[in-house]
Amino acid sequence: MELNVSDLSVSRGGIAVLEGLSFSILEGEALVLRGPNGSGKTTLLRTIAGLQPPLRGTIGLEREAMAYAGHSDGIKSVLTVRENLQFWADVFETGAIDPALQAFDLSALENRPAGGLSAGQKRRLGLARMVVSGRPVWVLDEPTVSLDLASVAMFAEAVRAHLAAGGLALLATHIDLGLSEARMLDVTPFKAIPPEIDDFDGDFL
Amino acid sequence: MIALLIRDLRLAVRAGGGFGLGLSFFLIVVVLVPFGVGPESGLLSTIAPGILWLGALLACLLSLDRILALDWEDGSLDLLATAPLPMEAIVSIKSLAHWITTGLPLVLAAPVLGLLLNLPDAGYGPLVLSLLIGTPALSVIGTFGAALTVGLKRGGLLLSLLVLPLYVPTLIFGAEMARRSIEGMDATPPLLMLAGITCGTIALLPFASAAVLRVNLR
Amino acid sequence: MGSIWEYANPKKFIATTDKVLPWVSLLALVALVGGLVWGFFFTPDDYKQGSTVKIIYLHVPSALMAINVWIMMLVASLIWIVRRHHVSALAAKAAAPIGATMTLIALITGAIWGQPMWGTWWEWDPRLTSFLILFLFYLGYMALWSAIENDDTAADLTSILCLVGSVFALLSRYAVNFWNQGLHQGASLSMDKEENVADVFYYPLLLSIAGFILLFIALVFLRTQTEIRARRMRALLARERMS
Repeated sequence: MELNVSDLSVSRGGIAVLEGLSFSILEGEALVLRGPNGSGKTTLLRTIAGLQPPLRGTIGLEREAMAYAGHSDGIKSVLTVRENLQFWADVFETGAIDPALQAFDLSALENRPAGGLSAGQKRRLGLARMVVSGRPVWVLDEPTVSLDLASVAMFAEAVRAHLAAGGLALLATHIDLGLSEARMLDVTPFKAIPPEIDDFDGDFL
Repeated sequence: MIALLIRDLRLAVRAGGGFGLGLSFFLIVVVLVPFGVGPESGLLSTIAPGILWLGALLACLLSLDRILALDWEDGSLDLLATAPLPMEAIVSIKSLAHWITTGLPLVLAAPVLGLLLNLPDAGYGPLVLSLLIGTPALSVIGTFGAALTVGLKRGGLLLSLLVLPLYVPTLIFGAEMARRSIEGMDATPPLLMLAGITCGTIALLPFASAAVLRVNLR
Repeated sequence: MGSIWEYANPKKFIATTDKVLPWVSLLALVALVGGLVWGFFFTPDDYKQGSTVKIIYLHVPSALMAINVWIMMLVASLIWIVRRHHVSALAAKAAAPIGATMTLIALITGAIWGQPMWGTWWEWDPRLTSFLILFLFYLGYMALWSAIENDDTAADLTSILCLVGSVFALLSRYAVNFWNQGLHQGASLSMDKEENVADVFYYPLLLSIAGFILLFIALVFLRTQTEIRARRMRALLARERMS
């Protein structure tokens, strides 16, 4: 398994934000995207996760290989922690959720309604979903928001276990996760340059 | 798919508002009508099938924005879109869950409310039957409207404006069927048309809803 | 001259329509004034309906346009969905208010005509009702366009709405027919005109229909140009913000 992205351009609201991105992630590798706010990291991750079509270029893998975690965790506050996670396990048809609960230290909370969790606990529940998805490529957008130090370590451990099992990970984050083996990619140089204005075409640009 | 259905039903039951709200709204509409048109029982029994259909339709409309908006707000919709379920299945399941939590209770409540409106005896069976056949179409069409307006801040009013014209054929055939049965006329043609509309919308509209939802998610 | 899709380029579209627009407008004016003056002042009164029949020169063309504009929007939406030509989506957007106005004119002139004829301003006749429903469809379509900020998203959503709406508009037409047989007279126009209106009414009517069609074409060109320029302005502003 290998994620090959070549000459990818992505757009937000019809306007190109990043262009000419090429990179590849091998089995057991993690790639961390860096770049200032608004540089298009979220757009890039959503495109790779298959939520929006790329403007140009190719993403080597099917969207069925990706597990995506965005800014919101999609947690239902009236369901318990276990029910929330079990739902995703059923949707992804993977079965047991206890390892995931343990990996993120949620076992003690499993019968609490998710609405009563703190922001960090919710985030952990959201990330536990990645484990139960059983998919090889994790696409994570700012996974460590509202996590404390211990939880960040917990998360890094989960990513490491995923990589060790032959998975891939693509993350956008500002915090150092302590993933020594992860490569970095700064997206700033790939910022799309607007074409010259002379003659407007089908894109009105 | 079953998991999604169970989750949606569970959410509707636990969060409240789903079941109860539509039903109470239906009750209130039916109670208000005699205040508007007068208590004369002959008049009430003439308009009863129409009022019951209209009330069911409005109660259904009221809960449409809950079909997708909640999942949109907390990000579940993004995650569902990346899950191994086709979008068409997601919207179909969502419609089904909406029908079970809103449409079905309305169907069951209709005969009781029919008593309040002096519905003629011959009307109960056909009315319940027409609602039973017609309300799934209301849910499916409503899901399409909800998918169209899911990303909008104040989509509620727009949702009604978009969905109500689409409800016209269902309302006409549904109410017509109940009315014809009461008047002792042949109610088969409207019944068949109503069933046709329901089957057609269930079969085809999820494709439109899924396409619209994909556009809104990107 | 290549394929007709060349005109899907906004610039080409504006250049071409700029050349055509004055002529179409002039022709529309001539046909409309000619048809209406001829119809209003140089045709005899109907033996049954008296002079009220003359509203036919407004009512029939606007009613025809009300339906045909929707069909044009449907075609434009399909072109957008299949070929992704922006001009096509914008033309559909530009046509909607014109169609809605035509529907409104048809409804109002119908009411004015119906009052002396049927003794009522409004009757839940199938034709009248269908037009009212068509008007609601126009309103919904326009409301959806104006509610969505991103132009491409709006174009996608409205074209799907137009498609679904067309099916439901047809269904409604059938349903309404079923629900109430009406008062409305049969079509005033058809291929075999002998069955319908007499020649004296027929020719001025044809002329005013031509006038309405030309008026629609002129307006749609003009409004599409405006939409293209507005779209271009939004694109430039967005570009400004990005850099």
